[in-house]
Amino acid sequence: MIRFAISAILLASAAPVLAETHTIEPGEGAQERLQEALILAEAGDEIVLAAGRYALTDGLSLDVEGVTVRGAGMDGTVLDFTGQQGAGEGLLVTSDNVTLRDFAMENPKGDGVKSKGADNIVYHRVRVTWTRGPHPENGAYGIYPVESTGVLIDGVKVTGASDAGIYVGQSNGITVRNSIAEANVAGIEIENSRNALVEHNVATRNTGGILVFDLPNLPVMGGGNVVVANNLVVANDTPNFAPPGNIVAGVRRGTGIMVMANESVLIENNILSGNPTAPIMVIAYPQPFEDENYDPVPRNVVVGANLIADGGYDPQIDGAEMLLAAFGGELPPLMWDGLGEAGVTLKVAPGVSGWTLNLTEQGKGMGGASPARLQAPPPSERFPTEGIGAPAELEARLEG
Amino acid sequence: MRPGSAFLAFACLALAGSVAVRAEVFAPMGGGPSSVSDSAVREGLPRLLSDFGFFEDASMQLPVAGVIPYRLNTPLYSDGAEKLRFVYVPEGQKFGTSGEGLLEFPVGSALIKTFAFEENGKRRLIETRVLLHRADGWLALPYLWNEEQTEAALAVAGARVQAITPTGETISYRVPNKNQCKECHGLNGKVVPIGPKARNLSTDWLNATLREVPDGADTLPVWENRSSVSVDEAARAYLDVNCAHCHRPGATASNSGLDLRWEQDDPHAIGIMKRPVAAGRGAGKHLYDIVPGKPDESILLHRMLSDDPGVAMPELGKSTVDDEGTVIVRRWIEGMAP
Repeated sequence: MIRFAISAILLASAAPVLAETHTIEPGEGAQERLQEALILAEAGDEIVLAAGRYALTDGLSLDVEGVTVRGAGMDGTVLDFTGQQGAGEGLLVTSDNVTLRDFAMENPKGDGVKSKGADNIVYHRVRVTWTRGPHPENGAYGIYPVESTGVLIDGVKVTGASDAGIYVGQSNGITVRNSIAEANVAGIEIENSRNALVEHNVATRNTGGILVFDLPNLPVMGGGNVVVANNLVVANDTPNFAPPGNIVAGVRRGTGIMVMANESVLIENNILSGNPTAPIMVIAYPQPFEDENYDPVPRNVVVGANLIADGGYDPQIDGAEMLLAAFGGELPPLMWDGLGEAGVTLKVAPGVSGWTLNLTEQGKGMGGASPARLQAPPPSERFPTEGIGAPAELEARLEG
Repeated sequence: MRPGSAFLAFACLALAGSVAVRAEVFAPMGGGPSSVSDSAVREGLPRLLSDFGFFEDASMQLPVAGVIPYRLNTPLYSDGAEKLRFVYVPEGQKFGTSGEGLLEFPVGSALIKTFAFEENGKRRLIETRVLLHRADGWLALPYLWNEEQTEAALAVAGARVQAITPTGETISYRVPNKNQCKECHGLNGKVVPIGPKARNLSTDWLNATLREVPDGADTLPVWENRSSVSVDEAARAYLDVNCAHCHRPGATASNSGLDLRWEQDDPHAIGIMKRPVAAGRGAGKHLYDIVPGKPDESILLHRMLSDDPGVAMPELGKSTVDDEGTVIVRRWIEGMAP
């Protein structure tokens, strides 16, 4: 990422270079003062947002490398975008090595924070809230890193996103942890990304809790090497409120953890309860597509031991009544569409029961389904986790 | 008004009508030579527009010698603002072309673009954006005009200004901040000019200023004359100029997979039966960017017809819907065979 000439000029004229702290207070002119600080910051500087509520009319943006934006806590410093008149997001970051921490953003008109092509970014204790709760006219994504290498999201909270609360797209080297995704369509979504670790999060009251997707026709495809472990995925029962047309609009209310396409995904040691369609769902990309480089069928999805209760009791699936009757009132917790081959597509630890739609053709809908109990072999070897997650050096920026 | 200004004003008007004007007409005429400050173009963050010396009379937008006006065949919408565009290349240096694409400007060049609206029969200058080609790349800076229309000052954080559009709408016009300049001008991590591509410049102008007309020059239709070209050409030119600076590989909206450049001929890449990726609520109730024959089911037109931030496209530089542009795009989609 090339920095703006401005930083170079200022650096050249201000030797020796010392990181500076610029403090911004809420009140009159906050929009211009804050944006100016974000533009005039030099690499390594810290922009401190004093406690209070900032009424903002336009999206903010940061394009200087190595800057930290620090508020007085996710309930102390609130960037209020209720009156936003322009721009597609609340804050856009396009530079590398940026740290965003300890502030909140409320009611952005589009996305909350988007970081694009911003490598080694840290989001720590950032809150993005659409205060009216689930609504189709809320912004799409709360925390939205895309096309980036090195993403650490720790301790964030997103409520009310009309697409995904925490969405990581077309990226590599990702950790999402210790975070809360509540009342979004998708709680946490990892899309067309590799080497992602999703752990110790709470996903609740979303339509779907944690989604791992790979979609065709994107600049970056071939998602995989994803670990979803030690998450609490409970009561994801909000009716889908995504505008139709988005891929998540097809997510069924009551989906816990869902894998669509992808290669090598481990789902282990999660607690799943109160996900009425399916605690765990593994499916192929369901739409017809034209992209010869894309594989719509998942490969090597490993469902290890998970603690699962109260799932599949009210599935949003055609023929639900018959299915419930056939399976004794509650569907087995793991649902597979049957596309691919058991053992290649899917491996399941002993003790996790499942069922399959037994579909035979990708992209043809559920017409040919012939549901049955799932027989899939257990994982035969340890799931390799080397290289999965954000680079270790990002941890240091969580201190303080 | 200084001596010579009247003549320059005439030259500007002539150019605005897309008449060929040789660069020589801008040779200084008496009153002492005013000239561009090359140091302001090359370094620092000049606080005032006048620091550059681009204009003989800035409030009249009369350029000094060596600052050459130009227009684009198909322009960016920009809420219908009147736009005055100029290019400056340092004395003794040349700019050139390598085909239909972007003109190549040497270090030390500047592109200058002033945005204005007419109010009470008078032109009111709102902002002047400059793109400076420096040793380490292009730098984009916005300058905001004062109330008295005597000077424009650097506004790195941008601004909002009340303005009345040509259709009579009162809008809160957004002067982009310095980073927002890059949202449109960013390509593969660098800032680049967008407008002055040979294919979107007239043969006459290229002849007059470069004495050279590359293949593929002047191929985008002149917007006012769009009724004389095919709907396909008019629409694709409009999308190229208004959308493709972001919706192309390497630019701000690359992750959408939508590529609206003039030269893109893959129907899926330009949106035909393409599903959205991260459109969020911007998709409305629709499933595809473009559904042939069905403009009202096409996300692309839906977003052009919106002025709601978070839905509206383009995201920047638009507070009102472009009626002319949406008509052309609607007809283009209507005419596609399902």
